[in-house]
Amino acid sequence: MGYTKDQLLARLQELKIYFTCYDHPVVLTVEEQAKHVGHLGGALSKNLLLKDKKHRLYVISALAGTKVDMKILSQRLGLGKGGLRMAPEENLLEVLQVPLGCVTPFALINESASAVSLLLDQGFKSKQICYFHPLTNDVTIALSSSNLDKFLISFGKQPAYVDLEAAPAVGKDNPPDLAHLVPSGVPNSSEQPVENASHTNVPHHQNNVPKETEVKAIMTISKVQSKGAETSSKVDKPTTNTSVDKFVNDVFDIISPLLSEELKKLDIKKEELSSILDGLRGRADPDLKSIAMTLKNASYTNGFHAGFKTMLHRGLNG
Amino acid sequence: MAAAEQGVDAARKEEEEEEEQVVNPWEVSAGKGGIDYDKLVDQFGCQRIDDALVGRIARLTGRPPHCFLRRGLFFAHRDLNELLDLYEKGEKFYLYTGRGPSSEALHLGHLIPFMFTKYLQEAFKVPLVIQLTDDEKFLWKNLTIQESKRLARENAKDIIACGFDIERTFIFSDFSFVGGAFYENMMQVARCVTMNKAIGIFGFNLEDHIGKVSFPPVQAVPSFPSSFPHLFAGKDQLRCLIPCAVDQDPYFRMTRDVAPRIGYQKPSLIESRFFPALQGENTKMSASDANSAIYVTDSAKEIKTKVNKYAFSGGQDSIELHRKLGANLDVDVPIKYLNFFLEDDDELAHIKKEYKEGRMLTGEVKQRLIAVLSEIVARHQRARSQVTEEMVDAFMAVRPLPNMFG
Repeated sequence: MGYTKDQLLARLQELKIYFTCYDHPVVLTVEEQAKHVGHLGGALSKNLLLKDKKHRLYVISALAGTKVDMKILSQRLGLGKGGLRMAPEENLLEVLQVPLGCVTPFALINESASAVSLLLDQGFKSKQICYFHPLTNDVTIALSSSNLDKFLISFGKQPAYVDLEAAPAVGKDNPPDLAHLVPSGVPNSSEQPVENASHTNVPHHQNNVPKETEVKAIMTISKVQSKGAETSSKVDKPTTNTSVDKFVNDVFDIISPLLSEELKKLDIKKEELSSILDGLRGRADPDLKSIAMTLKNASYTNGFHAGFKTMLHRGLNG
Repeated sequence: MAAAEQGVDAARKEEEEEEEQVVNPWEVSAGKGGIDYDKLVDQFGCQRIDDALVGRIARLTGRPPHCFLRRGLFFAHRDLNELLDLYEKGEKFYLYTGRGPSSEALHLGHLIPFMFTKYLQEAFKVPLVIQLTDDEKFLWKNLTIQESKRLARENAKDIIACGFDIERTFIFSDFSFVGGAFYENMMQVARCVTMNKAIGIFGFNLEDHIGKVSFPPVQAVPSFPSSFPHLFAGKDQLRCLIPCAVDQDPYFRMTRDVAPRIGYQKPSLIESRFFPALQGENTKMSASDANSAIYVTDSAKEIKTKVNKYAFSGGQDSIELHRKLGANLDVDVPIKYLNFFLEDDDELAHIKKEYKEGRMLTGEVKQRLIAVLSEIVARHQRARSQVTEEMVDAFMAVRPLPNMFG
């Protein structure tokens, strides 16, 4: 299951990320949140979970005051004019694994969210302290944007800061400037990514907070898998083939054409040729298989004993 | 599921009543007319293998079924269909067979279960454990422990020569391997079988030494994957298929009875008939009578002499009579042997027809048999000559088999 708030906070402490924590009753909107922490001088954030036509997900995390124009954003991402919508509630629960009203950059630590693109408001950089929900609505944590970066990098997510209010023209001569932030290779882009996202979680969620490198590796692995890169691991990897059947077939495949050639010179008809070859094959098969198996077993035996002696020597030498 | 599985006590009763056959691991004797297999199947409670089952095996393995299946040499089973159902769904199994190494002299009859098991290993691509019951032979025969162990190793060489795949085969002898998880399973089985039951199944009596009485669990537990933690760790529910001669059935009746009580799966069985002695069904093949069987050490000349001189013929006494009446295929030993060892179905059918109708003579049939047997024995001898002590060590090493299902 997804990270809990406590796991997240423990993680932050482990990473030596300085933050302050404020408890308050559950809040579902920025306004409500502001009532509790707004006076403290930090920058409140508003967080949106958006979805494009190909079911790819985006977390837009902006300063509360930033105007976010979904149409423009959509164009800048290369999704056309009406390409972005608010994501349905299920995506929140299943992909980000946070409750309603709790979209937060911190949710991206969950592997289910590995394919979600994060766009951060450039404005955060100029603020000393920013406020986000740490996976639950009854807490707000305050930290600097550079610390947020540190956190994101710890699990392999590169922070992407964007001037969310900019509205550059997008056209033939001006390619969409945010196109690189569109998630690549969702496993089954035609199906609901929500299900896919939870299926690409190969390692089950650790209850202990994993070490930095392990988490990075896991995130890389689950990212690679979400790109459907399993096919690339099948290609080009030679496997040791020790099949006696295959070996004997290979031998016949070498001899048959040579024999055919010679027999043709003796004016033997085609139909007779194949029955001669089949007959030969049938008669030679048991003996060929027997000697091939003997060779295989003898080779294995030599290897086995070599290995055994190696271990023996290494053991003695310590 | 099998009907009520009766034991030797039932066989004994019948024997007293009708002086009929006795079949158990230590005694096989036929009544008049040879072994009645139908009666045996009924008495033991196993199922017959029919053509549909043979066809199913061919389809599942993607290759023609072995000669021994086609010709009904392996003729009975327990739960084979259930095992195939699971295999079809992708669930694997492993093979378990064995030998009691009582002598160095192995004849073709001894090789039959191994030849068949090799086919099963190749066809289904599954691993195999082979048990050499050197302890059993020590307990039942007048051998020293050292000699039993030596015979086990010698027999292992002939077994290896049958062409088993070292990547998928583990051979072990009881004196070397019993212990650990294997021994734990033995105790579990032992606790589930009363003395009464053992006497009923195996025919023990109060004069038998306790070594005999406590042996059966040793032959039972290789049916359970947890006996081999170096091979099947974590696969406690892996199924087992046991190819064996039908006289071993009592061991596995006991095993199948105990298995569910200790949380294990019942092994499936595939059982063979007995291989007739050269002199006919009513003679026992015996190590003391060299002429009763073809030995794997026989030369081509010896094979020719034995078949010509001793193979019981169903042909008539004179050529004229033979051309008139034809041969009696029911008692003709060369035909029975060809039935097992001549691969070509068409050729066999032709020979049977011609011989039965008197057009083919005994001499010709025997000649064909000699050729077939010589080829098999020569192949075996060549392979046997290449088996080294190191190879035996490797087959018997307690090692993982990472490619066992590959």
